[in-house]
Amino acid sequence: MNSFPYIAAVFYVLSTVLYCIYLFKQKDVFQRAGFILMISGLIIHSLVILGEFIQLGYLPVLNLKNTLGIAAWSIAVVFILFRIKLNIKVMGIYAAPLVALTYIASLNIPEISAETPQIFKSAWLVIHVVMVFIGEAALAMACGAGALYLIQENAIKSKKRGFFYSRLPSLEQLDAAGYTSIVIGFTVFTVGLIVGLVYAKMVWHRFVGWDPKEIWSGITWLLYAALVHERIAVGWRGRRAAIMAIVGFALLLFSFLGVNFLLGGHHGGFTQ
Amino acid sequence: MLDIVLTGLNHTTAPVSLREKLAFSKEESAAAIESLRQDPAVAEVMLFSTCNRVEVLMTAKDGAEALEAAKNYISRIKETPLSDFEPHLYTYHGHKAVRHLFRVASGLDSMVMGEPQILGQIKEAFRITVKMKASGVVLNRLFHRTFHVAKRVRTETGIGDSAVSISYAAIELAKKIFGDLENRKVLLVGAGEMAELAVEHLIRNKVGDIFVANRTFERGMELASRFSGQALRFEEIPSALETVDIIISSTGAPQVVIGKDMVKPVIKNRRNRSLFFIDIAVPRDIDPDINKLSNCYVYDIDDLKGVIDGNMENRMKEAIKAERIIDEAVIRFGRWLEGLNVVPTIVDLKEKMGAMARMELEKTLSSSLKHLPEKDALALSRMLDALVNKIVHDPIQFLKIKSSHRDETASLSLARQLFNLDESE
Repeated sequence: MNSFPYIAAVFYVLSTVLYCIYLFKQKDVFQRAGFILMISGLIIHSLVILGEFIQLGYLPVLNLKNTLGIAAWSIAVVFILFRIKLNIKVMGIYAAPLVALTYIASLNIPEISAETPQIFKSAWLVIHVVMVFIGEAALAMACGAGALYLIQENAIKSKKRGFFYSRLPSLEQLDAAGYTSIVIGFTVFTVGLIVGLVYAKMVWHRFVGWDPKEIWSGITWLLYAALVHERIAVGWRGRRAAIMAIVGFALLLFSFLGVNFLLGGHHGGFTQ
Repeated sequence: MLDIVLTGLNHTTAPVSLREKLAFSKEESAAAIESLRQDPAVAEVMLFSTCNRVEVLMTAKDGAEALEAAKNYISRIKETPLSDFEPHLYTYHGHKAVRHLFRVASGLDSMVMGEPQILGQIKEAFRITVKMKASGVVLNRLFHRTFHVAKRVRTETGIGDSAVSISYAAIELAKKIFGDLENRKVLLVGAGEMAELAVEHLIRNKVGDIFVANRTFERGMELASRFSGQALRFEEIPSALETVDIIISSTGAPQVVIGKDMVKPVIKNRRNRSLFFIDIAVPRDIDPDINKLSNCYVYDIDDLKGVIDGNMENRMKEAIKAERIIDEAVIRFGRWLEGLNVVPTIVDLKEKMGAMARMELEKTLSSSLKHLPEKDALALSRMLDALVNKIVHDPIQFLKIKSSHRDETASLSLARQLFNLDESE
């Protein structure tokens, strides 16, 4: 069981390598193989998490090691679902390395055994964490799609078609993929936050504790809410939407990691 | 031994005035094949004629004789003295003829390098040849290989990947912006061959409504009905910009027809959906500053030419890969053709049978007949050799005897197939 995490990591790394080869060679075989490796890695990774869950009796999200592991897992899940639903193969070139790097980072952080507070042993917390992470993973996909959009748009606008022009899908497809990612990510993220609020009310008898993570998550949420609203109201799309997706994700990364390192609060334990 | 010969002229060796004079229609091709097939000098024959080339491919015992027959036929049927077109002809024998055919089919010899239509035209010509029963073992095999090579070149190299004409380059760009062109609305401003060609390509890509705006409304209506679109007055262009996605402009106007100020206000009403301007006019119709507006893209004729130049360069690079694929195929075909002679076939046959016998003998001697003394084993081996010689004797006699009543290459090919002598492919 102990070697399982490393096997999963190897699969993720191999998947990354194949996606890189795909980017250069543009042969479909590499992309397909990369995708299969990613699925294999995810299956093993899921077994690892399930094993810990059964062993501990709660979802392992106590420290940074564990949360990064769950983050990698979420990105892999979301990427695989998107790949099947949206069929944008090129997403793998950022999803696969992101999964691999996040997971390797997680494996390299030493385990800290801490007292498990009673509040972790609740289905509410599992739902809160899983939904927030899945939502964030989808928003990470949106950020990647946004970056590719900017590269492709620049190639077309500047009339200098470089390495990426022929390798990236059309602007419309990238924009649609980004928007779909944001709508799904935003929805799941919102539900995850609400579950968190409700659970906070249950254990601490108040919805909001105004701890930094809550505040920053709120700000991030507002930014995505504005993005979705503008899209529906005035049809914000293309370049501006792509930049917003990237800014939004940067903010999200800050509330995920930065807040814990810099500002503390009751979510702080996760980054110990 | 059979010779493969090819003669013809193309866009590099002959002027268009001569090419159009010598061009063969489908019916004329069939008649030519029929007539040449009956010529005693010609074994198999195929003719293909496109706007850029006329070529005759034959197999014959004596290639030179067959060539004479073909040239004389063309001269007679086209009522053109031989001296008028002979200097423009190229002639290839054997593997050079094979290579030429492979290159032509792969689009390497085309005016626009890598264009795909030529393969279809050769397939059609071959279909006529087969229908006229003018192809035999060699041509059938040769064409089978030709189609295979052309397909390999197309799939394994990027020779046909990118657009090399203005209108195709525009479509390619539109696809990079909109993805699917289905139901995209198109506005054609003005008229002109290149612009109309682009619209036709767009229609083939299943675009939606087509609007045509022309200074003279009648001309616009004419064009609109050709594309089953809708004619607009010039003054209606600003409101049309709210709904259309692709604008192709090609007017003779001395100044800009669509300015930045005209586009800016419509962006909001379009809900920021992309607008792609293709400006084929000189002087330009579309304000280049529109390219700076968000989700608006402007390509003028020079930009499109830049795209094409880049693509052409790519094709040249890919052509090197294609030549390598062709080299391989020429060598392989040459090997097959050489095998299609009496002596190599006999050698192959003897070798194959002998090898089979030796293998079985060794197997038995090393297992159930292990106890046999060496002398007895030798006797067995001699017995097997004799048996092999007896078995191949009659087929060899059949192959050796020349007969005017049968097609020698056909029986050789049959023998090779019967004994499976070309295992590699």
